[in-house]
Amino acid sequence: MNFLMIIRIAFRALARNKARAALTMLGIIIGVSAVIIMVSIGQGAQASVQAQIESMGTNLLFVSAGAQNVGGVRSGTGDSGTNTLTVEDLDAIRREVPSVAMVSPQINARAQLVVGNQNWSTSVQGVSEQFPEIRKWAVGSGDFFTDADVRTAGRVIVIGQTIADNLFPGQDAVGQTVRVSNMPFRVVGVMARKGQDPQGRDQDDTAFAPYTSVQKKILGSTRVSVAYVSAVSAEATYTAQQQVGDLLRQRHKLAAGVPDDFTVRNMSDVAEAANQTNSIMTILLGSIAGVSLLVGGIGIMNIMLVSVTERTREIGIRMAIGARSSAVRSQFLIESVVLSLTGGFAGILLGILVSVVVPWMLGWPTLVSTASILGSVVFSAGVGIFFGYYPARKAAALDPIDALRYE
Amino acid sequence: MQATSEVGRQGHEARAALLAREEEARPVIQLEGIHKTYTMGDVEVHALRGVSLTIREGEFVAIMGTSGSGKSTTMNIIGCLDRPTRGTYILDGQDVSELSKDERADIRSRKLGFVFQGFNLLSRTSALENVELPMLYAGVEAAERHRRSVEALHSVGLAGREQNNPNQLSGGQQQRVAVARALVNNPALILADEPTGNLDSRTSVEVMEIFQRLNRERRITLVLVTHETDIAEYADRVVVFKDGRVKKDYKVTAPRDAAEELKNLPAVDDDDEETGAAELADAA
Ligand SMILES: Nc1ncnc2c1ncn2[C@@H]1O[C@H](COP(=O)(O)OP(=O)(O)OP(=O)(O)O)[C@@H](O)[C@H]1O
Ligand SMILES: [Mg+2]
Repeated sequence: MNFLMIIRIAFRALARNKARAALTMLGIIIGVSAVIIMVSIGQGAQASVQAQIESMGTNLLFVSAGAQNVGGVRSGTGDSGTNTLTVEDLDAIRREVPSVAMVSPQINARAQLVVGNQNWSTSVQGVSEQFPEIRKWAVGSGDFFTDADVRTAGRVIVIGQTIADNLFPGQDAVGQTVRVSNMPFRVVGVMARKGQDPQGRDQDDTAFAPYTSVQKKILGSTRVSVAYVSAVSAEATYTAQQQVGDLLRQRHKLAAGVPDDFTVRNMSDVAEAANQTNSIMTILLGSIAGVSLLVGGIGIMNIMLVSVTERTREIGIRMAIGARSSAVRSQFLIESVVLSLTGGFAGILLGILVSVVVPWMLGWPTLVSTASILGSVVFSAGVGIFFGYYPARKAAALDPIDALRYE
Repeated sequence: MQATSEVGRQGHEARAALLAREEEARPVIQLEGIHKTYTMGDVEVHALRGVSLTIREGEFVAIMGTSGSGKSTTMNIIGCLDRPTRGTYILDGQDVSELSKDERADIRSRKLGFVFQGFNLLSRTSALENVELPMLYAGVEAAERHRRSVEALHSVGLAGREQNNPNQLSGGQQQRVAVARALVNNPALILADEPTGNLDSRTSVEVMEIFQRLNRERRITLVLVTHETDIAEYADRVVVFKDGRVKKDYKVTAPRDAAEELKNLPAVDDDDEETGAAELADAA
């Protein structure tokens, strides 16, 4: 009795009851596609965060005021209370740390931008002239402001594409004047379009002005909560992180044993934190979907058990005609594996399809991983064998005479 | 003469006597002191109490007897579906009384064909596939399987019905599919337990005609259980059971001829209806 024949027998038996086979598969189809969709959404989020972080360059450091506690949340100063990070600190970093190439604070302010009767509320970020280079974000038209503009707290502004589209529709924004908090600022450039960040925020709805201007003219405060520091090379990033830390401790006169009142993080720290949350998400979503796959497997066992009882006579006929117990067992096992594998493949197709449609419909990035596909195939075959084994053994153990007599 | 030498080697007196009575024909079934006892809790049911029976190649034997006399039990043992509690059973020269479940399955596949009272065809499966089934388990090649099942269906008068499912066939036709299935692996022996029990008298004669033809033309050994005396008269030997023993065993001097009787019966065959319909269509 060769194996191919048993496979043929199993397929014929399944073909005799197509509707039931399809319904049984449904559980696995839903389970597998849910796993693939959930994992692809999780991985998609992870990949886009990763891409975002990588696009910022690996030699980037974040310096922020206040210590970092275990949970990764900044505490202490920063937005309120004592200010631990100053413009002077940043100047010192730029001057004294040899492994640092560029520095730019990032001072956030919300402001009303007004042109004629057009009105646009947006975030104006106070940065240095080195910002485009540090963040690897080019200027689309016009120029970024200069070193001199920063020194003189010049009333110049570089706007994002979204602002340009709204305040100067169909015109060249460069050279125009825009009122920011009721002061006229000259638009010197428009940033290149950057699109949405992984959280779905429009990154082009931002304007940039010299940090000095933002501090003096818009906020009236000298606080710096966050700054970007760029190391001379990717290899120098770690050294730069150490040296910036040492310099700030020295400048803040922190005695040994006193914790930092600032935080210096490199991109891999940021990436890791982002990765961690995303992995937890992916695992969580995947396991919920995995439970539905398990339920699908139990559905197969249920149907196979019903099937063995219902087909007792058939089993008797097969045995009387010359089928060995092992052939009957293999037949039922194969039926169960075929059900779960076919369901698995259909689930993979459905999962991929939905994963392709989701970004298009909901705007979430997805990434179908080969691991989740391979995992689904192995898992559904496993489900078939595991949940098919018991019913198959029951079928094989039947006595042909009793089975033939069964009504 | 394989049979003679075999019997000679064993040198049993009883066999020698049998050999003297019967002609040269080789024994296909040799039952010797078969007992079958079912234990149900504390109660022992003695279904067979020492059955000895020899059936030779080419014989057509009808087994009769009252209900509960052990006919089906005997058939199950002959068919290697069950094992005797005591006694020896030699099938086609091989002692099969002590074989394992798998070995018995292989014997059933190679040497035996079954026809049941309730047809026992696979539902939602074409006549052709039903007939192919024993060959699947015997490992016959696809092309050969197809050829042999078409031929078998043809020989039971079901040419053109290959693709019909059992629910699209009459009882008589279903039983003929079952006969085709039983003979497709060229068995040494076909066993039929009340094959006409669910059929009306005319269809019964049709099925008996096929059995007689297979027996006469192909010398297939047939053992058939029946309750009906007139069905038993188509066989050339009758064995009567009573209380788990063989009570009578006699030759039928002039067996009925099913083919002859069919000629004299009014033609209401569904095949004729079809030709009739075709003629009508032609006329229109
Ligand atoms: N599996 C079983 N367990 C217990 N007793 C059984 C079993 N099978 C048969 N018997 C008993 O053995 C005896 C012979 O049964 P068997 O089926 O051989 O009779 P039978 O001659 O075929 O009768 P019928 O004409 O009604 O089919 C009966 O008394 C029956 O009750
Ligand atoms: Mg019976």
